[in-house]
Amino acid sequence: MMARSTSPSPETTPPSVRFVQLGGVAFRVNTRVLSMIGVALVVLVALGAWALTLGSFRLSLQAVIDALTGAHAGDARFIVRDLRLPRVLTASFVGAALAMSGAIFQGLVRNPLVSPDIIGVNAGASFAAVFWIVTGQPSPLLPLIAFAGAVTTTAAIYLLSWRGNIAGPRLILVGIGVNAILTALTTGLVVRANIYEASRALHWTTGSVYAATWGDVRVMVVVLAVLAPVGVGLMWALRVIQVGDTTARSVGLPLERTRLVLILVGCALSAAAVAVAGPIGFVALMVPHIARMIAGPMSGGVFIVTGVLGALLVLGADMVGQHALPVSVPVGVVTGAVGAPYFLFLLYRANTRV
Amino acid sequence: MAHRGTLPAAKLGATLLLCVAALAVVAVLSLRVGSIGISNADAFDALFHYNPASYEQTVVRTLRLPRTIIGLGVGAALAMAGAAMQATTRNPLAGPDLLGVNSGAAFGIVTAVYYGHLTHPLQFVWFAFAGGLAAAAATYAFGSAGPGGATPVKLALAGVVVSSLLSSWLTALLLLDQQTLEVVRFWLAGSLAGRDVTTFTSVLPFLLVGLIGMLAMANQLDILSMGEDTARSLGMHTGRVRAVVTALVVLLAGAAVAAAGPIGFLGLAVPHIVRLFTGPDYRWTLAYCLVVGPLLLLSADILGRVVARPGEVQVGIVTAVLGAPVLIALARQRRVAEL
Repeated sequence: MMARSTSPSPETTPPSVRFVQLGGVAFRVNTRVLSMIGVALVVLVALGAWALTLGSFRLSLQAVIDALTGAHAGDARFIVRDLRLPRVLTASFVGAALAMSGAIFQGLVRNPLVSPDIIGVNAGASFAAVFWIVTGQPSPLLPLIAFAGAVTTTAAIYLLSWRGNIAGPRLILVGIGVNAILTALTTGLVVRANIYEASRALHWTTGSVYAATWGDVRVMVVVLAVLAPVGVGLMWALRVIQVGDTTARSVGLPLERTRLVLILVGCALSAAAVAVAGPIGFVALMVPHIARMIAGPMSGGVFIVTGVLGALLVLGADMVGQHALPVSVPVGVVTGAVGAPYFLFLLYRANTRV
Repeated sequence: MAHRGTLPAAKLGATLLLCVAALAVVAVLSLRVGSIGISNADAFDALFHYNPASYEQTVVRTLRLPRTIIGLGVGAALAMAGAAMQATTRNPLAGPDLLGVNSGAAFGIVTAVYYGHLTHPLQFVWFAFAGGLAAAAATYAFGSAGPGGATPVKLALAGVVVSSLLSSWLTALLLLDQQTLEVVRFWLAGSLAGRDVTTFTSVLPFLLVGLIGMLAMANQLDILSMGEDTARSLGMHTGRVRAVVTALVVLLAGAAVAAAGPIGFLGLAVPHIVRLFTGPDYRWTLAYCLVVGPLLLLSADILGRVVARPGEVQVGIVTAVLGAPVLIALARQRRVAEL
């Protein structure tokens, strides 16, 4: 079904769908999805506030609010504003970007097993970063190198998949081929490196947000502010593509141009997140499934749900990794451990289509 | 079904024989090539008139022969397991690792090294095998629970989830303990070198059961690959067939990872490469996999010995770096959508 349809038949639309007239344009609004976004955002803010109180220097919620509004000067203000808030925001934004990127790639190639970790985007970032680490290059440039690695790899995958058009299966095969080469080369680098550098490389490729700064937050804000609305706007096109190439062309969709834009958006979201936090696994692959299972087939609204759930997962995982375990571990270790059981539970209940 | 872009049966048979001949040549090369060159005569004598006093023959017997045998077994196992997984799930991304066998095996070993302080790869084999089997069992349990039973997509997703759960636990252990990382990082790269032949013979029975069983299932796989509905309408018990095939895949992949460590990509790529000749007929696909899998694995292993003398590049790395461009080129040339 197309989101743009102007005369929808009431029998085929779910009861939660309303149509809102704004000027000359009618919007299709699913109130169930809308309320889901609201609830998820409230939970996210609450979780974030809780995260700000936690740490070796415990703060009350009131102290956190005071520190944020600037009512107090001193230690609490520094701890909340300069240490904890950037980390909380970075975790949330990175999670949102990864999850949205996964949703775009899965829809684009019509395969539920696809995510930027599988078709080589993250492997490109990892290879560039690990090369940078084991050759002892200056670490401040690491995020830039990782981003460049991801973008270069995506460009290579796109060009190698191009044969007059971009076909989903071809893109997947080329992607896993590129992924395999880069992963193997990364393993080769790790095996040859000394144990100290190998350990650092493993740390980076696990993904963490423990050294997040306001600079990271700024990068992610810009990326999300530009790309998330583009993604929401392209979701109807993604749904048309999922019906099939012929259908997409017959409704007048400029297929290849749309695909290119979707790939660019998905790649940039993932590359920025990986550059900031390393390739945190599981999020891009699983969160879109979780969102679809609880909110229904992918649409602009469900795309936003996906983003918020991704933020929740990474923030929650980072809190668990930082506070709940006897030793603090990077967030990339925990996302799998936190997300997987929930996903298995959903899979068990799944009467929705995955 | 139209065999578009494929060869007629007689030519397929002849090509298969050609592949067998190539495999024989590569196996001999695998005995001869390395940091020490071995003559044909020495290689022959080492096999049939072994003289322990000869240094060259000892090298063949203790180093080259084990890795050649392991390469033959592991290559065949991975390729066939990959083909079977792609047929049952009808997903070109499926490989022998889809059920979490590799990460289960790695998890078993890392846990054993961390808590049991194992240091020698010889002790790894049963932990790897047990870990792989347990992970696959968990995947199948989760994937088949709930209404609808074990659909391919649910199974695949459960496999990915179990894998990521295990690898996050494994990464945590490796990050906490550099000593464990030092012991296992070479195992984790996947290699035919330095594996004792006893590790292989101990899992050989499982591997043989897997190979023979899979060949016996070729007809059923062929029908299953046409899709759930077609297979059902032809009177097949798809659930039961799928369970048997899955069990065989677990045996093959578990034995392979226990013998050689996680060698990625081979099981995924070989069926795709093979299908470009055989078309969608799974009887031919499996027969070709049995030969082409070890052919590529041994070739990659030999290349890994030559390119970085006097050191070696792990075969898992070589298979990926060599196999991936082939896969990409094939994906660009022909229609790969059909499975």
